[in-house]
Amino acid sequence: MAATFPVPSAAIEEDLQTTKVTFWTRLRRHKLAIAGLVVLVLMVSGAIFAGQLAPFDPNAIDNVHWQGTPLPPCFQDASQCGGHPLGTDEVGRDLLSRLLFGARISLMVGLFAVLMEVVIGTTLGAISGYYGGWIDWAIMRVTDVFLSIPLLPLLLVLTAIVAASSSKAALNFGVIVLIIGALSWMSVARLVRASFLSLREREFAEAARAVGNNDGRIIFRHLLPNAVAPIVVQATLDVAGVIVLESTLSFLGLGIQPPTASWGNMLSNAQANLQTAWWAAVFPGLCILATVLSINYIGDGLRDALDPNMR
Amino acid sequence: MLLLISIILYAILYNMPGGPLAPYLSNPHITPADIARLRHNLGMDQPVPIQYLKWLGHILTGDMGYSTSNSEPVFQAIVERIPATLELMLTSFVFSVVIGVAAGIISAVWRYSVVDYFITTLAFFGQSMPVFWFALMMQLAFAVHGVPLPFGYQIQLPSAGISSSDTFDLSDRLSHLVLPTIVLSLLSLALYSRFMRSSLLEVLGTDYMRTAAAKGLSFRTILFKHGLKNAMIPVVTILALSLPGVLGGAIITETIFAWPGTGRLFYNALTQSDIALLMGVLIMLAFLVVFSNLLADVVYAWLDPRVKYD
Repeated sequence: MAATFPVPSAAIEEDLQTTKVTFWTRLRRHKLAIAGLVVLVLMVSGAIFAGQLAPFDPNAIDNVHWQGTPLPPCFQDASQCGGHPLGTDEVGRDLLSRLLFGARISLMVGLFAVLMEVVIGTTLGAISGYYGGWIDWAIMRVTDVFLSIPLLPLLLVLTAIVAASSSKAALNFGVIVLIIGALSWMSVARLVRASFLSLREREFAEAARAVGNNDGRIIFRHLLPNAVAPIVVQATLDVAGVIVLESTLSFLGLGIQPPTASWGNMLSNAQANLQTAWWAAVFPGLCILATVLSINYIGDGLRDALDPNMR
Repeated sequence: MLLLISIILYAILYNMPGGPLAPYLSNPHITPADIARLRHNLGMDQPVPIQYLKWLGHILTGDMGYSTSNSEPVFQAIVERIPATLELMLTSFVFSVVIGVAAGIISAVWRYSVVDYFITTLAFFGQSMPVFWFALMMQLAFAVHGVPLPFGYQIQLPSAGISSSDTFDLSDRLSHLVLPTIVLSLLSLALYSRFMRSSLLEVLGTDYMRTAAAKGLSFRTILFKHGLKNAMIPVVTILALSLPGVLGGAIITETIFAWPGTGRLFYNALTQSDIALLMGVLIMLAFLVVFSNLLADVVYAWLDPRVKYD
């Protein structure tokens, strides 16, 4: 892309401007990505304003209407629903309120785990690709090892260890983020390494070296900005993957622990009540599906917009 | 490679609180002296590297320790349940490869048609659907409401002698297979069709395809004789790379559908912190993944003569 050497600053400015413009026009052409963006914005605002939007306290049991069986949604049976728009779960907590507060947890786990993954993956990939040699060899072997251990079983074992070490309550937000983030950096590391292998041979990298920059400055100021596009695409797609992972862990009882609502743990009792309360099984899953689908479409659109040659 | 994996897994499980004796620690009938004796007998008072080497030696000879939750040797517990898992995974593998590749071909050949949009949209849904929720929805649709398809696989237990399933009833067993197979296949199905589509599109645009067309060969001959073989190369990689995901899916599928395979064994071991068993299954899974990568390399060389391994 833009060389950092004696190109007049006006030209750089212009170059940047056209890149931005083509990026936005390309992204806008991807209608599904825009639709995904709209859905995601709705979900995120639902999560941010959960406190204002939720009709009930997400953890409160409706002692007035609840009689031991889940209350149906109002659109199905307005006389029975007791004012709960989407009904209640099996212990009489308002489903809509739990969905809104669950969105907070699920989206934040996705965001923070991916942030962590990007930091680890970028650092390792950059070191590996920039220095090459035995450092590269060692880091890539470790990456291979982590790639060949099936992720979900490993995550389950780790969370089970944490749960057994103190109690299940120890599986809080931070721990889940930490465990998922620490085990999903491999694809980012490989991507960054691949771009660094070619970037470090380019003239501008050589120029930066010739001027006397140290390695850290070259890596972060000169090479990394040119490797951002694939990282952004991968990170976006990984947010979707992490949301599914978190919901799976929570569904199996080894993720976010109740009474804190997450879309996954709202479903963990759904199978037992499938006969009586379809709404408790359908709505949290629809939220996951809608979110993950929109993020995947956004990622797809970003890939097309940032680099049409990538696929 | 496998050695590195085993070291990492050992390090994780060694740090499991309570260690392998955790189930005994909470038992009031076992005194601290007993624990100390057990620790000594099991060699737990020796340095960690020595313990690891001993453990590795046992693993290599098929001795994976004793499962505390099943009261049987780990190796035996796993081997007993492999046929059920294999049945499910092979069915789903064949199903997803055949349908996925076929869908990919159709959507590449009729690119930008209604069928193409339909297939790619479906594939996107398949990739975004959490496996466990899809399983729940399938149960809701087929098991709770109407369509009579029993879920929950009944295994024949010769010793237990459950009368209904004592005789081999093919239609019964197949009906049990349908839902778990669909659920387990969904993700890989979506993945394969997307890769097949993009890979075939790339091949269709190459010069040698145009040459073949210029020779006057029919489109069908070009597609099947020249196109598919080359388009399959990247798909084979995806087949191997998707295995860890499929294994994770198998755990969920087996747990939800009460399928008596290795996946459910793993889940049960988790809930009872049965370390030896967890370790055994994880080692086996990692081994499977490495082995399938190797297999993919071999198939690669067979499909693409340009690939040579020294």
